[in-house]
Amino acid sequence: MNYVFQFGDVFNAWPELLTGAWLTIRLSGLAMMLGLAVAVLCALGKTQGPRPVRWLVDLYVEVIRNTPFLVQIFLIFFGLPRAGIRLDANEAALLAMVVNAGAYCTEIVRAGIETIHKGQIEAGLALGLKRLQIFLYVVLFPALKAIYPSLTSQFILLMLTSSVVSAISAEELTAVANNLQSQTFRSFEIYIVVTGMYFAMSLMFAGAFALIYRAVFARTDAAR
Amino acid sequence: MIRQFTSAEFFFLVSAVRWTLLLSAIAFVGGATLGLVVALARTSPWQWLRATAGAYILVFQGTPLLMQLFLVFFGATMVGASVDPLAAAAIGLTLNAAAFLGEIWRGCIQAIPKGQWEASTALGLHYVTRMREIILPQAAKIAVAPTVGFLVLLVKSTSLASIIGFVELTRAGQIVNNATFRPFLVFGIVAAIYFALCWPLSLYARHLEKRFGTVSR
Repeated sequence: MNYVFQFGDVFNAWPELLTGAWLTIRLSGLAMMLGLAVAVLCALGKTQGPRPVRWLVDLYVEVIRNTPFLVQIFLIFFGLPRAGIRLDANEAALLAMVVNAGAYCTEIVRAGIETIHKGQIEAGLALGLKRLQIFLYVVLFPALKAIYPSLTSQFILLMLTSSVVSAISAEELTAVANNLQSQTFRSFEIYIVVTGMYFAMSLMFAGAFALIYRAVFARTDAAR
Repeated sequence: MIRQFTSAEFFFLVSAVRWTLLLSAIAFVGGATLGLVVALARTSPWQWLRATAGAYILVFQGTPLLMQLFLVFFGATMVGASVDPLAAAAIGLTLNAAAFLGEIWRGCIQAIPKGQWEASTALGLHYVTRMREIILPQAAKIAVAPTVGFLVLLVKSTSLASIIGFVELTRAGQIVNNATFRPFLVFGIVAAIYFALCWPLSLYARHLEKRFGTVSR
């Protein structure tokens, strides 16, 4: 092997790579929050809703979980404009990520809600809490705490999967790397650096999730 | 010129499934073989081996599969090997699957009650005999459900091979869409084919989970 590594081009493009990484972080963060909101609504529909709603949620979850993310992006990015809905690459990427994360998280949140004992809800009713209060404080909050580890590892997986949206050239980290690759042909150097950046981001997200757990959930530990 | 979407295009999509299946099969066999090594290393009595396997899992689960495929693909060119997209995708998916299966199976091995380990040690069984005759057969039983579940993920992951230019189902969909410009129809069919492959596996995994109980992943 007489290949000479040259990282010069990669480091010259440092600002572009950071801009791409920042978009990856924003896209992922936004998709996590919106996806969780979708998941909470769907889990609510699945556990409390009338039968047609439960079917619709099941259909949504099963279709998304049993088809590849890449095909979902293509359907949204190439398909929606034919139906008159125009989205640019970044918007289509965000929409695909929210739809995808929503389905995976619905299953997780539903499992969390099912861990809540019926007696807790009855106790809430007996204390005169309103239905919304019961849902938020008696059901959702402890449910999210119970599923926090699976939820956050799903979120990190979502961040890693976001590299796939480069296929429709959204301008996140992988797409920046692809552009750089076609300008400099330093493929291996670029992708090894970018892989390292993704690894750093997944550690960063894991750290942030641990901090959020401490800030939001840990103070209720002593009461248990 | 825009082509019509005819039965020829439809059969082109359907026949591309064999490449998706072939790639899934290679990656599963390769990933299972290497994954068993990773799981055994992760539960081995030697600290350095456990740490090495742990680092392997951390890196492969902490970076995007797409990057891993790119690195294999471009790494092979770098050392001067001719790059066949199928081979690059198969190697990349194998390495990735080994990390995931290794981690799943580590959980299954560690779920075997301590008494079984102690009893087999007390009987004077050697490591190889102990793992082969006592621990692994029991671990295999609880490993079936999460492994089938992982297979769904693997089949879907093969779609990324299209990005490095391997013509499997998703790439075939792109080719047909570029010619016919019927994205809803084409990718709808592609999605339906993936669904037909994955959904039975998902249902089977859920059925097994109910039968054998769940193992935390």
